[in-house]
Parts: sequence; C-alpha cells; structure tokens
Amino acid sequence: MKAAPPRGGPPPRGGVWRERVSPKVSKRRVVVTGMGVMSPVGTSIPEFWENLKAGKSGIRRITRFDAEAYPCQIAAEVDFDVTAYIDRREARKMDRFSQFAVVASRMAFADAALDGVFDPVRSGVLIGTGIGGMETFDRETRVLMEKGPDRVSPFFIPMMIANMASGQVSIDLGLKGPINTVVAACASGTSAIGDAYEIVVRGDADLMVCGGTEAPITPTALAGFSAMKALSTRNDLGPGACRPFDRGRDGFVMGEGAGALVLESLNSAMARGARIYAEVAGYGMSSDAYHITAPSPAGEGAARAMKAAMASAGITPGDVDYVNAHGTSTLYNDLNETLAIKEVLGDRAYKVMVSSVKSMIGHLLGAAGAVETIATVLALREGVVPPTINYRERDPECDLDYVPNQARKADIKVALKNSFGFGGQNACLAIRRFEG
Amino acid sequence: MAQDEIFERVKKIIIDQLGVEGPLVIMEASFIDDLGADSLEIVDLIMAFEGEFGITIPDEDAEDLSTVRDAVEYLRQSTKES
Repeated sequence: MKAAPPRGGPPPRGGVWRERVSPKVSKRRVVVTGMGVMSPVGTSIPEFWENLKAGKSGIRRITRFDAEAYPCQIAAEVDFDVTAYIDRREARKMDRFSQFAVVASRMAFADAALDGVFDPVRSGVLIGTGIGGMETFDRETRVLMEKGPDRVSPFFIPMMIANMASGQVSIDLGLKGPINTVVAACASGTSAIGDAYEIVVRGDADLMVCGGTEAPITPTALAGFSAMKALSTRNDLGPGACRPFDRGRDGFVMGEGAGALVLESLNSAMARGARIYAEVAGYGMSSDAYHITAPSPAGEGAARAMKAAMASAGITPGDVDYVNAHGTSTLYNDLNETLAIKEVLGDRAYKVMVSSVKSMIGHLLGAAGAVETIATVLALREGVVPPTINYRERDPECDLDYVPNQARKADIKVALKNSFGFGGQNACLAIRRFEG
Repeated sequence: MAQDEIFERVKKIIIDQLGVEGPLVIMEASFIDDLGADSLEIVDLIMAFEGEFGITIPDEDAEDLSTVRDAVEYLRQSTKES
C-alpha cells in the first residue's frame, strides 16, 4: 500500500480517499472537580445553592445607576466589594466582568484543591461573555465625547476587550495551557464549558477553568435591550417580574455575575484523589440560520443542539431526568424551548422536570449558562431540583412540568443544560451524576 | 503653587492608582523601579496629573518624568507659568 500523500493532495487514481477509521477507543471522560460563583443570590456555592432551593429572588430595583428614565428599572445585581477579593491596583485595571470572572475562578480553583498540584502548561482557561467590558466602554465613550481623545484611558482597550476575562484568569491562577473566549451571546457560558470539555476530551489539556461572566447592568445595555422590547417592564413586581413558562411572562430581567467550573480528565482527578461533583457527558451545538434575534420556528435549531448533546453523551430520551432550561421568560423563548424539548424527548418530555433558575437570578447573558450549569451539577449531586418561581398561570402551549415554585427532591441521574443566543446560536450540555 | 502642596497631591494620585504604601512615595522614588509602574500605568498617571492640575503634558515632556521629583518639579514649573 502506498503512503498517503500530504493532506489536501489529489485523490488517488480511480477512487476517493477512504475515510480514516480510528481504532475503537472510548472517549476521555471529563468531570467537574471545582466550582465558583458570583451571583445575585450568593457569592459562594453554598449560599447560591441554598437560596435557589429556597426559591429566593435576587431581582430588585437597579441601584448601579439611576434607571428612572428606562422602561425596565429592575435587574439582579451582585452585592460585591471588589477590594475584598482583588488588590485595588489590579482591580482598577479590570472591568467588572473580568473582576467577576477572576473571583469566581479563584473560588473554583480553591474548591478543586489544585494549589501546588497542577501542571500549568496542561491547564487552560475558557471563559465566555456575551459583551465584554460594557461599563468601561460606556465610561470611556463619555470621556471621549465630553473631554476629547486625549483623556481616554490607556486601560480602555485592555479592560473592554471580551477575551480579557480569560486573560486575567490565566494570569491570576498561572494557567499556561490552551486559552480562548467564547462570544455567543446568551449561549456563551454553556458553549465555553462545552468547548473546554472538548479540549480535555481531545487531550490538549488535563484541566480547564471554564465558565462565563457578564456585567451588563449599564445605561447603554439597558437602553439597548429595552429598545428590543426584550425586557420585562413589571417594575413594581420586582422579585415577581421574571416568570418563565408562565402564561403572563413579559420578557427577561437582566442579571450579572459569573460562574466558573474546573473541568478535569477523569484520570487526572482520580490520580490526585479529587472530589468529583459530576461528569460532563456530552456537548452539542447548532445554528438556527434563521434570524438575528428570533428563535427558529418550533425550536427546530434548539432541538438539534439537544440531540447533538445526547448523541455526544450516548444517551437516549429515556435516560434524561431533568432539563435545566434556558427559560428566559420571554414569550418566544419559552414557547420554542418547550416545543424543542417535546421534539427531542417525545413522550418522555412529560415525565422529565424542566426548570429555569432565571426566575430567581435573572438572565446573566454570557454568564447564564455557566451559573446555571453549576445549579444543574448541584441538582444532580444532591438530588434536589431547583424550582421555577413566580409560576402562577399555566400557558396551554407550555404544558411540561416546570417544577413550579418549590424545589423538589428527585433521584436524577442525567440532565441537559440548554442555552440559546442571539444570532441563532444554540448550545446544550449533557451532565451525568458521577457514579465511578 | 508650593512644592509641598504639589507633592501631596501627586502622592495621593500615586497611592490611589498604583496602590502603593504612602511611605514608599518619596521624591527620589522612580515610577518604574521603585513603585513598579508599567508603561500603561505611567500613561494613566500622567493623565491623572493633567486632570488634577488642569494642564496638558506633551508626550515629549512626559517621557522625561521618571521620578516623583521630576513630576513635582515639572508640575511646579507648569502651574507657575499658567
């Protein structure tokens, strides 16, 4: 047999290339060994989880600026004094979205007990964000307009650019392996975890600090999302405004924060005797190729991402116990996500639990998928599903079990985590309770 | 403006932006070697001096300001002229 010519060369005479068949080897398994969170309902994993189980909302009137003139005046803010975590000199060179990422990543790293026992060049970072340094962008744009180009900060660019959360985390923790940033709107956090998972599966790193971060509660972002009519305007309801899957839902509520996870190859975790929270079993993504902001009809694109995640994990509808929904509380997302779940799971759709923690923490945009994956992992580990709060009136078109208002004890083994973003980007993770 | 007053205002900016301890900020201190400033932090410091004293420091002048004394002396001259 002749040696194969270089890739891209002409096909062999009289035929086409045979597809390269790799020997049947099982995929490298990937587990979660550490988690950290900066959320509107808690700035530690235990606080965050207790509040989710208790159905507590972090949504209230905006305090970061005067929102009186905006149709939406509520959001889920993180109560956060950065100097309690990060040296002031470093903190003032980081936009809030990077500060969240650094603090959450440190928490995850400490949680995984990695200090002094990890190989820096085999350890990477992949943090997603929908926007980047929005607050810095707002501020420096004002400086430019009011005071002129000479007054724009030399830190404007390095604070604003979207990959700086990953950059700052790598500097802070000394992670010298693969690094990247996912910018996939509201699917960023889930996609970042999925891409980090693939990097570990591929063997390019033994561990990845991954997740998502966002600090979007700024005047321009609020004005922009308001202009799209995407936000709830039930200002008076405050904590009761975000009502995923409820008939009276009227839009999402912005949140801020970050979620970070340490993903590690099972071999690496076992070798060092790490505590294992859960296994990332599969990842799928798809594009709607339909519209810049509207989901494709009947959740067709979302369904394909879910199917891809299940195929990647080697699971069938009967294996799925829980879907941690994207569940934004907009009319179209919740309807189309429900249709997608039914399309993917068939009859099983009526037996699984579906819940949206956005009802409590709001929509953290690029951080949402990461913070919600953490909730999913905790649900699997503890056998408690967090509720969809503010669920009052059934929508005839949204007829699944949304775990209304009360957390539920349940022996769940496999969960799907959905996230869908503007641009028609859909991402889904399959997560399995770890059983050795 | 008196040199002491300028020094105190400069010192406050340096402490604020570089996060260094007050006693380190002496006239002889070099921004890079003693106070650990990087190139972006120096640009940021110069801009803060400009804002604080209401002057413009041309780039070619800024390049010569390597110690606290250089800055205080430059600011004293500049504010005298204006």
